[in-house]
Amino acid sequence: MGRLFLTFIVLIAAFGNAHAGIDETINAATAPIAEWVGQVVFFKIPILGAQLPVVVLWLVVGAVFFTVYMGFINVRGFKHAISLVKGDYADPNSSGEVSHFQALATAVSGTVGIGNIGGVAVAVTVGGAGATFWLIVAGFLGMSTKFVECTLGVKYRQEFDDGHVSGGPMYYLNKGFSERGMAGFGKFMGTFYAVGIFIGALGIGNMFQSNQAYVQLNHVAGGALDGLGWLVGLILAAIVFSVIIGGIKSIARVTEKIVPFMAIFYCLFAIIVILMNANTIPQAIANIFTGAFTGEGVAGGALGAMIIGFQRAVFSNEAGIGSASIAHSAVRTEEPVTEGIVSLLEPFIDTIVICTITALVIGTAQVADPSFAGDAKGVAMTSAAFEREFSWFPLPLAFAALLFAFSTMISWSYYGLKGWTYLFGEGDTGQTIYKLLFCAFVALGCVVQLGPILDISDALVFLICVPNILGLYFLAPIVKREMNSYFRRLESGEIKKFK
Amino acid sequence: MPNKLLVALDGSDCGRRALAAAAQHAKLTGSDLVLTYVIDWSPYSFHTPEELSERHERRESEIERANAAVLQPEAAALINAGMTVQTLVRHGKIAETLVELAKELDVSQIYIGRIGESRVRSMIFGTVTAALVQTSPVPVTVVP
Repeated sequence: MGRLFLTFIVLIAAFGNAHAGIDETINAATAPIAEWVGQVVFFKIPILGAQLPVVVLWLVVGAVFFTVYMGFINVRGFKHAISLVKGDYADPNSSGEVSHFQALATAVSGTVGIGNIGGVAVAVTVGGAGATFWLIVAGFLGMSTKFVECTLGVKYRQEFDDGHVSGGPMYYLNKGFSERGMAGFGKFMGTFYAVGIFIGALGIGNMFQSNQAYVQLNHVAGGALDGLGWLVGLILAAIVFSVIIGGIKSIARVTEKIVPFMAIFYCLFAIIVILMNANTIPQAIANIFTGAFTGEGVAGGALGAMIIGFQRAVFSNEAGIGSASIAHSAVRTEEPVTEGIVSLLEPFIDTIVICTITALVIGTAQVADPSFAGDAKGVAMTSAAFEREFSWFPLPLAFAALLFAFSTMISWSYYGLKGWTYLFGEGDTGQTIYKLLFCAFVALGCVVQLGPILDISDALVFLICVPNILGLYFLAPIVKREMNSYFRRLESGEIKKFK
Repeated sequence: MPNKLLVALDGSDCGRRALAAAAQHAKLTGSDLVLTYVIDWSPYSFHTPEELSERHERRESEIERANAAVLQPEAAALINAGMTVQTLVRHGKIAETLVELAKELDVSQIYIGRIGESRVRSMIFGTVTAALVQTSPVPVTVVP
């Protein structure tokens, strides 16, 4: 372990020495790749003057289908989800196993990331206030997609002899299609997904996070860190290294504990800021609704706003990507449906609650002073909206953003790892190689600018939705059968309430 | 049906003294003994995904350790002495879980050792024994 760390330090030091102009070099090198990947994944069809990426359509149609096919499980299952999380149905004889609450908390800290602070600002900048409306709609529909994928994750997970489990889309795609006599296709889909989640983990779950953390730190430092992206990156990488390779679980555990409090703290202050601008609330809400249907000033009008909203929602709550199903697979339960039901709270918390609050903070600030943010984008824009009321706020916000980024990176390092072990087996050496690679990308993320990096990570994450949703369509009847049986037994009292 | 006495063990000397007192009581009254080891655990704690995936094996080994190191040896000695003994390991908040078990198993009394807890900690959270005494549905004997 010590030798490994030393090698890593030498590597990053070498990387640091060469930093002069390295930012620009990497930017120049990645920009064309980003452009190409973006063009392929976001192949657009022009409709009524707007550019509709096929992949966004694919996700939305899927979410609408699952919502209808499962009989509005996102509404129907909501109350039951809360009593499951409260532990009302937890059998005391399996006390000590992963609880529903723990699975939810872990999955949420994986999704509550910089997207909730910065991604919303990006959506509002590009898609206008109306994008917020579509963001909420997408969050609502995404709850159903999440239900289907997390149920399947538990149902088709792989248990190993020593008792540890691996699950997620690669397993349900492979096994699910095999069951239906399409073993070859299932194998292909599982592998495709595993490759995708591995690369996606390096993008959305890694580079994008560390990049935004750096931008935010630099903003607070008043630009003192300009050109020092490599240094921030190295420090972040070293911390991630100590957790995922060094096994210093205490750091991770502390973060996992602070993140929920930071999220609550963030929402609380956001609500205070919104209330301080109380006179602008009606106008801000009106803007969201009129913008949603008129799309004034947005390229592509209402449809343009809708596309942006949907795109950002998926980026934030990850419904359709299948990542949460990897985290939920760890729960040992006789009823896969319960994990699905619990998971539908994730898009709710992430998108409908936290993203909407952020959107309102920005929206009310915009009504009060349309040019409040200057040319700030992303997290910096949200930060500026808070700063109008609390001049000291950027500091704790930067801290929150850093923690969100960190916990998202830790979660995604696991998702990527599962993709990796699916491909290369559960061997320890392979896992260490993956983890080293992951740390290197943390450092890299701080070096490249927002533009190309956001495009690449966006594109990769949307790409793995293709096999995942296709699998969900195929396996939806199985989920529906299980769901109906579960609710029947719940009603008849066969499934006991313990509290 | 004979009375049941619930004894909370944790491998400490205090727990052993509580058991000795309970065994004496059981012998005199012809009661059965339920030896229990509660592993401090909260279903509302936070973990990384990696920890979640290893949780099951860890739980198994925790239970095995509690059984092998504490419950089984104590139970074997008592059974040899002709007593009826049941053992049980459960995860949870200690006081809360003991109360639950007392209700579930319909015991007539709980025996617990006075657990040494740091002063700061007990000032903030209160002690386990105090919480148990406050909430228990049956008499509690705290053995120093």
